Amino acid sequence: MKSHDDKGIPHTSPRQSATFTQDVNSDIRRAAATGIYDIRGGGAKRKVPSFDDLLFMGASISRYPLEGYREKCETSVTIGGLHAENPIHLDIPITIAGMSFGALSGPAKEALGRGASAAGTSTTTGDGGMTPEERGHSNKLVYQYLPSRYGMNPDDLRKADAIEIVVGQGAKPGGGGMLLGQKISDRVAHMRNLPKGIDQRSACRHPDWTGPDDLEIKILELREITGWKVPIYVKVAGARPYYDTTLAIKAGADAVVLDGMQGGTAATQDVFIEHVGQPTLAIVRPAVQALQDLGMHRKVQLILSGGIRSGADVAKAMALGADAVAIGTAALIALGDNDPKWEAEYNALGTTAGAYDDWHEGKDPAGITTQDPELMKRFDPIEGGRRLKNYLKVMTLEAQTIARACGKNHLHNLEPEDLVALTMEAAAMAKVPLAGTDWYPGKPGTGF
Amino acid sequence: MQTVDLQELGLRGVNAALHAQAADTNQTVWTIENAKGSHAIACGLDAPIEVTVKGSTGYYCGGMNQQATINIHGSAGPGTGENMMSGKIIIEGDASQYLGATAHGGMIVVKGNASSRCGISMKGVNIVVQGNIGHMSAFMGQSGNLVVCGDAGDALGDSCYEARFFVRGEVKSLGADCEKKEMREEHLTLLQGLLDEAGFDFKAEEFTRYGSARNLYNFDVDNAGAY
Ligand SMILES: Cc1cc2nc3c(=O)[nH]c(=O)nc-3n(C[C@H](O)[C@H](O)[C@H](O)COP(=O)(O)O)c2cc1C
Repeated sequence: MKSHDDKGIPHTSPRQSATFTQDVNSDIRRAAATGIYDIRGGGAKRKVPSFDDLLFMGASISRYPLEGYREKCETSVTIGGLHAENPIHLDIPITIAGMSFGALSGPAKEALGRGASAAGTSTTTGDGGMTPEERGHSNKLVYQYLPSRYGMNPDDLRKADAIEIVVGQGAKPGGGGMLLGQKISDRVAHMRNLPKGIDQRSACRHPDWTGPDDLEIKILELREITGWKVPIYVKVAGARPYYDTTLAIKAGADAVVLDGMQGGTAATQDVFIEHVGQPTLAIVRPAVQALQDLGMHRKVQLILSGGIRSGADVAKAMALGADAVAIGTAALIALGDNDPKWEAEYNALGTTAGAYDDWHEGKDPAGITTQDPELMKRFDPIEGGRRLKNYLKVMTLEAQTIARACGKNHLHNLEPEDLVALTMEAAAMAKVPLAGTDWYPGKPGTGF
Repeated sequence: MQTVDLQELGLRGVNAALHAQAADTNQTVWTIENAKGSHAIACGLDAPIEVTVKGSTGYYCGGMNQQATINIHGSAGPGTGENMMSGKIIIEGDASQYLGATAHGGMIVVKGNASSRCGISMKGVNIVVQGNIGHMSAFMGQSGNLVVCGDAGDALGDSCYEARFFVRGEVKSLGADCEKKEMREEHLTLLQGLLDEAGFDFKAEEFTRYGSARNLYNFDVDNAGAY
């Protein structure tokens, strides 16, 4: 590039806009070329205040630690003891979130079941219904009851260890779903009672109830059908966590699943994923407050999801008051999704390992988010299950390491007092002091 | 015949007694008295029994029904027969909204009128209404047949898939991607069979058929205005 013009006057250096970034411009060009918004999988990719902005303080003179590998640090959790005859006992507080059959292949569902069962935790069905692969390989299976009711039938409902009424998902509070025609194999079409090859819309709200009063009656019906045996969870997006948690408890839920905006989805409009909902960090305290205000904390369980990746995230979620967490995206990565070993194929799809999110197109090189029989062959459910089990074990060991360092003999004994925040935002959202201070924005009595 | 009083036995007691009926039971005829608009009566049945509910019912009577025949001697609340798989529900009075929502099979007969969103997301059920039905009926209906001997309200069959609608009277308006269709011999036969099974004395020839124009089956930006 020339630094001067012909008359010797210096050029200003080319300056990229902070508003019209290369990414933004590529979005505009894509929109202009196609006339349709961008649909993709995954969760919010923008940076939002998160558990990374929190730190544990560890032990000191006033708090003594527990010996790693020697002194016990319990990890078990029981979900649904409030109303259900048969609550769910899990060895670890990390569950596998609901992911639809259709979005995921049958073998991927099988691997989730294998890995979760080996690690002593539960899996969850998703839109599209229950598959035999999943039921067969999951010791504890939660059956999602979704607005679309695709594949929903009372025989499967009665086979479930718990029922999860899905009101919303963190990636798209207020949104339904769409499985594009190219992913509708004969099997998927049959399970959903629709012709092959057409786009399948999943409704954004339930066809036979609206609002908290109806929800209470819906829960009653589901309990009557299943003889009051299994727990009923209600899954809500991180939209209005205080009120949604309150209303779910009042409607009679045994557990509340709360999903923040980083939470993954199989396919949703990018604008929805990035601009609707609240970060996972911001939604825990209001939900726990709701539980406490109703005297239901630890009686109705809170399962938190949306961007949980490590034992540190698990420990932080639990310290803020959650009883358990759920993982979606991280489980898929453990299975082999977005693995750099497929880099050449990701490049051919116009992307790169780690950034691949066109799960709805069904061309997943890793053979996980696809219904293509050839691609599916690349994925071995036994090996996938083993990898997931390992990953769940590591997360648990990490969370225990932190808990012991804080002197806790059960993950549930972690508490907000163990934490500090690195930023003002995180301090305000988590209601824990900014590091080095005894203050957080909004702390009662401080006037700020 | 077994007669149970809902107010005495409680909802749990009544449903537990009905659920305990095995497929080969000889207690096949049940009467539930004092329904008093209770919710979730006789839901989740899975045996070829016949249940008569005396009085009006609340939400979700006969929800997810399999095999059983349920007679409602009164009017039926919202979501009656939701996600029914098989069997039959006969409503002597009127039906509230979301009748037979997402139901996969069996038949629902309404002797009065049905309210809005009748047959929403229906997935194979046959619904026959002697009177009129409300707005947004059969929204996203996937399969099965909705027969209306009276009139249909606004936006019939909006965003429907392969469900068929037969209306004898007026349709106030059709929903997105729903259109009037030709009545072929096979449809006349099908419809007459449904009318006969429901016990309504109408001729199939008096009805008009509606169904999906299939223009919205695969997303096309030029159709965006239709949604
Ligand atoms: C491929 C995929 C499919 C999903 N399908 C469903 C679904 O059918 N029903 C549902 O409630 N949530 C669904 N979710 C959301 C998850 O249940 C969960 O809320 C989310 O993945 C948690 O966030 P994380 O991915 O950051 O762990 C899906 C997520 C993914 C990644």
